[in-house]
Amino acid sequence: MDKRKSRELDRKKLLGDPILVLTIIALILFLVMFIAYPLFTLLVDSVYYDKKISLDAFVRIFRQASFRGVIRNTLFLGVVSGVLSTAIGFLFAYVDCYVKVKFKRMFNVVSVLPVVSPPFVLSLSVIMLFGRSGLITKYLLGIRGANIQGLPGLLIVQTLTFFPVCYLMLKGLLKNIDPSLEESARNLGASRMKVFTSVTLPLLAPGLGNAFLVTFIEAVADFTNPMMIGGNYDTLATSIYLQITGSYDVTGAAAMAVILLGLTMVLFILEKYWLERKTYTTLSGKASRERMPITEKSVTIPLTVICLGLTVFVISLYALIPFGALFKLWGRDYSLVWTHVEYVLTSDLKPFTDSLLLAVIAAPITAILSMIIAYLVVKRKFFGKRFIEFVSMFAMAVPGTVLGIGYIRGFNQGIFRSGHLVLTGTAAIIVLAFIVRSLPVGTRAGITALQQIDKSIEESAYDLGADSGTVFTTVTLPLIKDSFFSGLVTAFVRSMTATSAVIFLVSPSFQLITPQIMAQAEIGRYGEACAYATILIAIVYAAILFMNIGLKYFGSSRKVRGTD
Amino acid sequence: MAKEKKGVRLEHIVKIYQDPKTKKDFRAVDDVNLEIEPGSFVTLLGPSGCGKTTTLRMIAGFESPDSGEIYLGDQAINALTPNKRDTAMVFQSYALFPHYNVFDNVAYGLKLRKLPGDEIRKKVMDMLDLVELTGMEGRQTNQLSGGQQQRVALARALVVEPGVLLFDEPLSNLDAKLRVSMRTEIRKIQQKVGITAVYVTHDQSEAMSISDEIIIMNKGRIEQMGTPREIYYHPSSRFVADFIGEANFLQAKVKSMDGETAVVNVDEHDMTVKNYSKAAVGETATMVIRPEAAVLRDEGLLPCKIVLSTFMGAYQYYHAMAGGELIQITDYNPVGRRIYQVGEQAHLDFSPESVYII
Repeated sequence: MDKRKSRELDRKKLLGDPILVLTIIALILFLVMFIAYPLFTLLVDSVYYDKKISLDAFVRIFRQASFRGVIRNTLFLGVVSGVLSTAIGFLFAYVDCYVKVKFKRMFNVVSVLPVVSPPFVLSLSVIMLFGRSGLITKYLLGIRGANIQGLPGLLIVQTLTFFPVCYLMLKGLLKNIDPSLEESARNLGASRMKVFTSVTLPLLAPGLGNAFLVTFIEAVADFTNPMMIGGNYDTLATSIYLQITGSYDVTGAAAMAVILLGLTMVLFILEKYWLERKTYTTLSGKASRERMPITEKSVTIPLTVICLGLTVFVISLYALIPFGALFKLWGRDYSLVWTHVEYVLTSDLKPFTDSLLLAVIAAPITAILSMIIAYLVVKRKFFGKRFIEFVSMFAMAVPGTVLGIGYIRGFNQGIFRSGHLVLTGTAAIIVLAFIVRSLPVGTRAGITALQQIDKSIEESAYDLGADSGTVFTTVTLPLIKDSFFSGLVTAFVRSMTATSAVIFLVSPSFQLITPQIMAQAEIGRYGEACAYATILIAIVYAAILFMNIGLKYFGSSRKVRGTD
Repeated sequence: MAKEKKGVRLEHIVKIYQDPKTKKDFRAVDDVNLEIEPGSFVTLLGPSGCGKTTTLRMIAGFESPDSGEIYLGDQAINALTPNKRDTAMVFQSYALFPHYNVFDNVAYGLKLRKLPGDEIRKKVMDMLDLVELTGMEGRQTNQLSGGQQQRVALARALVVEPGVLLFDEPLSNLDAKLRVSMRTEIRKIQQKVGITAVYVTHDQSEAMSISDEIIIMNKGRIEQMGTPREIYYHPSSRFVADFIGEANFLQAKVKSMDGETAVVNVDEHDMTVKNYSKAAVGETATMVIRPEAAVLRDEGLLPCKIVLSTFMGAYQYYHAMAGGELIQITDYNPVGRRIYQVGEQAHLDFSPESVYII
């Protein structure tokens, strides 16, 4: 006997729940239309030209020596950024979990800063410090014609932007290693170094690989930093942009986008389905006891110096931005003026209002959508579940640039060039890009939160007569209120600071702050760029503050859940 | 209770799962047929992995059978979602809603049925009364002890007046003493309300004390159904005899049979026992001796040698070698009787009614 009957009964039960069925259909439709379809359009664009299928576009771009260089550049950047970020992230995680250091709270600041800041602020401040007319290079060291633009600057900026992600990932894993494993190795006669190389490191190896791949994807997909500080070091992401804005070569750009997408997709699948599975999460559960921190001065002092130095450096890079807005002319005249801020506030406020409005629209939609997806993925069985799970997670690996031109190509003449859903130039397309860009993060957080809820709590509601919609609104949602709110804010923050995807989608009728900052920085008006960025960061901080107050007021769901 | 109680009928229920390691299908529940009378308290009992919880979850609707049909009263319910089934379940983890207080937890099902507010209030208060939680309605669930949480879970299930009440190992999270008092409580409330109850447990003493009828399951199949007394005194297989209570097994050759009794030969010694076996004269049957069914004497039916003798307070506990097997014996109230020491020779003695072959 096969399992057909139970499957059929499950299907019947599903159909007995119309809200659930409609939600699933709507979700699949959404994911297909706004993630799968635009990417597919690019694929078609790159091989379908003049009403015939050909690989000419690929042949053409690969013939260009410059493009081969671009591929080399991209891979090299990804590998080196990945290695550096993982190494520094690991250092911080190790120090946080194993070493007695006084300034651990500052690590938190470092790990939060890149999340709440626009992606290019580090580029901006590194240029201002080390560039041609940099504060340090020109003013303090007196170097003329210093050039940070290019690979070195890019590596510094990407590493400093991405290592906090690795730090958080690895910290989670290290925290879960039961100290008694290491203690027993020590007890059996291993030195501290031997324990590190024979127990800690092997346990963490898959996690390190994972952190490396995640950064690799981020570095390769990064658009804004290569634009701002990359100089002549072109990567795939910037080439795609230039191919469209410079040469108007849509087919070529589509082909490049397909290559970039292919690259990130391979990395993503490697990460998701190979490494993530290898991670030794099961051996731990909760750590049985606190770990005895390393207190030997020979270890703590050098590590403190390194970590503290890096921390101070990163924090001061971020802190530089508001100052940049206040100096008269960066590199020449460091007198304090209000002119830049005034200029920004008296000129068109449209970028601010548009950014705010569209992010405010996108954030709740994203938060609700990601909670629904998380709920379906964790708690329900249905046909198409794996599709929903895969696509919503895969969106994480889609570079913003690729999504952006996918949207342009896909919705310029309406969906399937039908004239329906002509979204280009509308607010809707920007909002959709915001949603898709933040959805995976929210979904992942939602999944984690939901996995902690005993499934019988929902089952008992279901058993007492609630349909799926009622179970979701009366039981599930109240229990994951925290991650819903933080998903809301994350979506808002990501939308406010999004750049790569929307740079193709802004139009005179809908402008955003981030492209403004890039435009100002590109023509060397760092004062204005900093002023824009400062106000943007202020808005984002205000939103986070608002959430914390809101959480206090509404009460946190963790309080309810934790005590059981 | 106003509503009618319903019976449950399972016809040829099969549930197939895939072993996550070997990727092979196996039958977690294998051709289970059973009929539960309205108003009775039936327990599914078996070792872990025997399919008892799966069976219960199929009745609740969380799992779908791969074959067969489940009836609630006269209604076939295979295709109904759990919220449309007239069942209410008490979960092992209680599954109380942590964001609601006691009152709202119990009122949850009634609110879904859109009852007017004052009626909900009355029903909830009556129910809290029944489970002896009067005055606790404003408490948060995490302010309650395990036993109180258990009562809330029970009240929440009972208040919606389900046709059948389902229990999934509800007492396994409580400590031993509370477990004993709660099971008496559950039984009392069930009889008061007169509801049909299906109860899953792996604890045999819980099953014995609470049930009208016990269903012993093993490897997805039903081994035996019957009242606690029948199952204890008249097990149909070695598995059941071993699983319920303690049991010693001896191989015995059947010499003659006479209806309910048989004369068997163990180790060259003849003795008369009860006959539940299908073995023919001349064949070998398994003889079951409960530890409390036999006593040690200087003269008796079967000679043995004492290998362990321990004072346990309420009883003297022996291991004795007889017929090549180790026999456990519990001698309750040995005051005035001789206590045998390790190494001594003795005889097993029992009355023909208390020992049987299967």
